[in-house]
Amino acid sequence: MGAAFVSLYTLFLLAFGVLPALYAIYLAFTKKGAFVGFDNFLKVFKDYRFWPAVEHVGIFLIVWLVMLVLFVVLLALLVHSIGIRWLSNSTRFIYYIPGALAGASSVMLWLFVLDPTVSPVAFLLKAFGFESLVSVVQVDRLPFVLAVIAFWTGAGGWIVVMYGALNNIPKEVLEAAKVDGAGPIRTAWSIQIPLMRKWIAYMVIMSFAGGTQLFVEPRVLSQASRGVVGQDYSLNQLAFLYAFKQSDFNGSAAISLMLLVVALALSVYFVFKGGLFERA
Amino acid sequence: MDRPAGAMTPGQWMGRAVAILILVVFVLFFVVPLIWLVLAPTKTDRQLLLEVPFAFGSWETLAANWNSLMTFQKGLIWTWLGNSAFYCVAALCITLIISIPAGYAMALTEFRGRKALLAATLIVMLVPSTALVLPIFLELSAVRLIGNPLAAILPFSFFPFGVYLTYIYFSTAVSRDLLDAARMDGANEFQVFWKIAMPLATPVIALVGFFNFTGNWNNYFLPYVTLPGRKAPIQVGLAELLSNVPAFNPTNAASTTISLSALALATLLAIAPVLIVFLFAQRYLVSGMTAGGTKE
Repeated sequence: MGAAFVSLYTLFLLAFGVLPALYAIYLAFTKKGAFVGFDNFLKVFKDYRFWPAVEHVGIFLIVWLVMLVLFVVLLALLVHSIGIRWLSNSTRFIYYIPGALAGASSVMLWLFVLDPTVSPVAFLLKAFGFESLVSVVQVDRLPFVLAVIAFWTGAGGWIVVMYGALNNIPKEVLEAAKVDGAGPIRTAWSIQIPLMRKWIAYMVIMSFAGGTQLFVEPRVLSQASRGVVGQDYSLNQLAFLYAFKQSDFNGSAAISLMLLVVALALSVYFVFKGGLFERA
Repeated sequence: MDRPAGAMTPGQWMGRAVAILILVVFVLFFVVPLIWLVLAPTKTDRQLLLEVPFAFGSWETLAANWNSLMTFQKGLIWTWLGNSAFYCVAALCITLIISIPAGYAMALTEFRGRKALLAATLIVMLVPSTALVLPIFLELSAVRLIGNPLAAILPFSFFPFGVYLTYIYFSTAVSRDLLDAARMDGANEFQVFWKIAMPLATPVIALVGFFNFTGNWNNYFLPYVTLPGRKAPIQVGLAELLSNVPAFNPTNAASTTISLSALALATLLAIAPVLIVFLFAQRYLVSGMTAGGTKE
């Protein structure tokens, strides 16, 4: 009987989870319906745009993940240490609000913020010597720009999660540390951070998987920066170009499949090794 | 840190000052862009360029910007907003219809393949949805659904995170004994679900609905590839508007142009529904984030 309740969902899982993946596998290993082995992948590897895109995404990931771990942990600890309840709650909520903006609208807002001619923080941009949007989004600075945008929209959610993790630490443990003479920094380093490790790992894995998918941010920036940011900056953009500009669905599927395999590997690893599956 | 302020050593005092400074700097980082966005549509482009960033312009200018945005391609912005509303509400209904029974059945009933389905749900839930966009596009184009509203609504309705939330909710908040008691009284499986489980499910329905709606409203990549042109939702429309802003595209020769302030207004309209839901649903949200994040 339970099967009847899940039948519709199973159908959707097959249609929009399993089937697209299988179809991408089929397309990635064929050309005009004939099996061609790894030809599509080799073609993509030889594409002069592929390795730079890998590099762009890689550098972005490093910058973003370092930023995320450092600041999310720091801010969660600080917000958690605020003794006044309403103040702690509202600070947490303020950090979370930008999470309402994702997709194109957050990038759109950041176009304004990063444009020294209209920016609310123009004095900061000018202090760093930037006179125009184009000079802010130069390719070597772009990983930082993209990381700041991603941090702005996503960090608040993670701060809430980490705050929850901190709340799960028994009060007695923290009291005992205090009695032993541990200051706030020592407590954070030796007790709180080790107990948050699982959630930090979860954040890093999820953000890594999400970060490899970079698409909307560079696409909108590319449109607004007069081509300073390339249309082939990220891997998903390249997969998009294959499908829409070159009508090469096989090449597009090959790139998508590689990204999917990375995401799937991380997800499977976390579900089975990260303790997520235990309660099931 | 609950000692009276007078008892603090200079070191502790410094530490507290640094902590407060960091917290305040980040509060500014997170809210300054939003405050600017709320004020920008009340100014002309000239005021945006020349005047202090956090001044209110005037209601007249806001009205003028509103009018210029509304006349852009005969109110195309309303078409985009309407599309978004249609896709997201339709997807929301389908999501609830398929996710709530599925999460319920996985938590409180036994059937063959339950563990496998649960594992598959967890795995797919953790795969970023963008990873499947191009494969879904290729699939939909094979069945000639590109350009059809279903090309957004159906993928939007597949929401494994919602199934997972429902599963967690039912396995912790509703006891099997309660359901068994109803079965003893002669209720069939469907009645047990509808009369016993559903009335208890309101909180999780709200939670699933919230995450599904906001996620879909903000989704850019999928509708960008599956619903081009006038069928586009607002997120895709915003990026389209951008190409009509001379300040960002000096070479653009389009006859109708959009001013910076009108673009800011469009951005504000695009985020308004989600922002409002956010402000009202904050309590739900925090518990949802914790449930989604801690997985305990």
